[in-house]
Amino acid sequence: MGQLTVAERQAGIMILVGMAVLGFVMAVAGADNALGVHGAWILVAAVVGVFLMLDRYLDPPPNETRLSEYYDDPAKAGVVFAMMWAVIGMGFGLWIASLLAWPELNFDLEWTSFGRIRPIHTTGIIFGFGGNALIATSYYVMQRTCRARLQDPLAAWFVLLGYNLFCVLATTGYAMGSTQSKEYAEPEWYTDIWLVVVWVVYFVVYLRTLARRKEPHIYVANWYYMAFILVVAMLHIVNNLAVPVSWGSDKSYSLFAGVQDALTEWWYGHNAVAFFLTSGFLGMMYYFLPVRAGRPIYSYRMSIISFWGITFMYMWVGSHHLHYTALPQWVQTLGMTFSIILLVPSWASAANALLTLNGAWHKVRDDATLRFMMVAAVFYGITTFEGSFLAIRSVNSLSHYTDWTVGHVHAGALGWVAMISFGSIYAMVPWIWKRERMYSPGLIEAHFWLALAGTVVYVVAMWNSGIIQGLMWRTYNDSGTLTYSFVESLVAMHPYYIARAFGGLLFLTGALLGCLNIYLTVTRLPLTEAVSSRPPLDCEAAVGALQAAE
Amino acid sequence: MFGLHKQLERKSLALALGIVVAASIGGFVEIAPLFTIHQTVEDAPDMRVYTPLELAGRNIYIREGCYACHSQMIRTLRDEVERYGPYSLAVESKYDHPMLWGSKRTGPDLARVGAKYSDAWHVAHLDNPRAVVPESVMPAYRWLLRKDLRIDRLGDYLSAQRVVGVPYTDAMIANAEHDAYGQAAPDSAYAEGVTKRYGEATTIRVFDGQPGRLTEMDALVAYLQILGRLTDAAHKPAFAGRQ
Repeated sequence: MGQLTVAERQAGIMILVGMAVLGFVMAVAGADNALGVHGAWILVAAVVGVFLMLDRYLDPPPNETRLSEYYDDPAKAGVVFAMMWAVIGMGFGLWIASLLAWPELNFDLEWTSFGRIRPIHTTGIIFGFGGNALIATSYYVMQRTCRARLQDPLAAWFVLLGYNLFCVLATTGYAMGSTQSKEYAEPEWYTDIWLVVVWVVYFVVYLRTLARRKEPHIYVANWYYMAFILVVAMLHIVNNLAVPVSWGSDKSYSLFAGVQDALTEWWYGHNAVAFFLTSGFLGMMYYFLPVRAGRPIYSYRMSIISFWGITFMYMWVGSHHLHYTALPQWVQTLGMTFSIILLVPSWASAANALLTLNGAWHKVRDDATLRFMMVAAVFYGITTFEGSFLAIRSVNSLSHYTDWTVGHVHAGALGWVAMISFGSIYAMVPWIWKRERMYSPGLIEAHFWLALAGTVVYVVAMWNSGIIQGLMWRTYNDSGTLTYSFVESLVAMHPYYIARAFGGLLFLTGALLGCLNIYLTVTRLPLTEAVSSRPPLDCEAAVGALQAAE
Repeated sequence: MFGLHKQLERKSLALALGIVVAASIGGFVEIAPLFTIHQTVEDAPDMRVYTPLELAGRNIYIREGCYACHSQMIRTLRDEVERYGPYSLAVESKYDHPMLWGSKRTGPDLARVGAKYSDAWHVAHLDNPRAVVPESVMPAYRWLLRKDLRIDRLGDYLSAQRVVGVPYTDAMIANAEHDAYGQAAPDSAYAEGVTKRYGEATTIRVFDGQPGRLTEMDALVAYLQILGRLTDAAHKPAFAGRQ
């Protein structure tokens, strides 16, 4: 609040009043369904927000010197949100993993049955944890690589808070039974529209800050963040085209049906992986890894090739989710072909990251934060290889519908997305809170090993169960009939489901240690003069130092 | 080429435009033709729409997130055809907004589960899966038998379906509420309208075993019992092949 000008405070209050009206309308129109419940919450939250802002309205306006400094308050809040959602999302993950081993753990409640809380896990992790980590780091990275202050503080806050409102509406909607049942695009129509609003503002903030840059070139990390923002908008809008049953209903029907809907869904689904879970996090990697290692990016040309390769080719591969289905075969074949070629730009990125570490491997040994990023790059390489492999039709005939896919996704989500996020957050927290270092290197070390062990246990368990499942379903006996009933394959999964839950528990424990460490860093360590007195705006490594001289 | 890129990365809007163009091509080439190439979806003149009760059941299937564990897409593989029945055709889900093909089989495929088990089996199974299949890890959906089905808005649901392209007639929309009731009450005056509007083959039964009450269980079981039976196309070799 102290950083907002009087005009921005007024605008903020106006926005909140508008939200309160919107909430009221939703509450009245949708009185008998989730729309109304959510409207009431928005109304209450907006009114509380108005009072909080009025309370500080007469605070002295910010002084002019702020404009020569970076604005990191939204990034701080983003880190807190990201860690909060990490614990929520992983907690729900552990819960649903346990449900598959012990189905009575939903306590016979409607809103805790597997089908309702499974999307809470996926949305909590992808959008809650991943999205907040991306927004927080993008605010940080774009300022440093542009050497420009974040434009429009109010808009930056709107994006962050609005985005978290989206996450809350989505996840609580599922518990109430409000879902489109489209994988990774479950939120209903009004929640989807809200995300579009937030997303447009996010893009404007990004562009306006880029426009103020003092560097002639836009650094690689920003290309990836931009691709993330732009393409996610495209995917989200097209895949969520739907007609609401009425303006007072939370329910809608998707515009497309059957085979067209299936391909649109997996065009979206696989590119949520590409542009949410890959592109954005590569942006993170391209900044934090070289800065932390103190080495310039290995190859500028490799980063160009991999960027455009990923941006162009990923959009073709979604159909590999639909091998041997009613989708025309030519589309399946196209998807498979591009999936295999995609390995080139993917491995170029992973190699670029690992080769950047040449000359800094002693730091990888000593510094768990950097090791998080290194292991993330390794898992990125492993997962993209596995992805291309699973996209081959004949391999897919075995792996599809089994836990192998789940294992593959988690190799990416735990090994790549979460590891690069934790590494970046551990690097960024002391910088934005102006502390000398994280409170406890030992806790980071413990977190690292818990995360790695958890990932390995999880992925190996799912490889085993997936392959066993796939084989049991297609095993024939001597008389030429199927050997196993479906239930026999389910029973065979039981030990692996327990192992998987254990892996998840390890990973969650690590994330809790991370929360503790961040809390201790902010509350126990003193502000460092060294950081706060550094000349603003050019204290970080400038873009030139990050990029290889070519 | 890299010199050109040095110019591109100095202009944020050009870069943004480049990203949008590069990312649009794949989806456009793969998705747009699915709407224009006629062979994509087979012709099946006998294909019928979901009755209001079945649609209400489908809404419950969606609400409970059943897609997370059950697919509705039998692939063109020998073991799948022998386990679940003829492989799925595109036409069979042409009225499915959204499609529920699924991506994971923690439980078995349901594309042809219709008429495979009795209503009583489904009711017992949904109420407590382990009462019927001791090894099952499916949640118990005990509230389905307890909760009365809301049918007052079914007309709106059918109208919205018509907007997205499902051929519901005015009469179907106007009578949605009565038809939903009638399909689960064979002795009532409303039962006749269901066969009139949705065909003689439409199943009219007390699905949940509780005459006189219309519960969410009625709707979900009615939906499960129609899965794979909206058209016979998949069972006819002529249709199953290329058109």
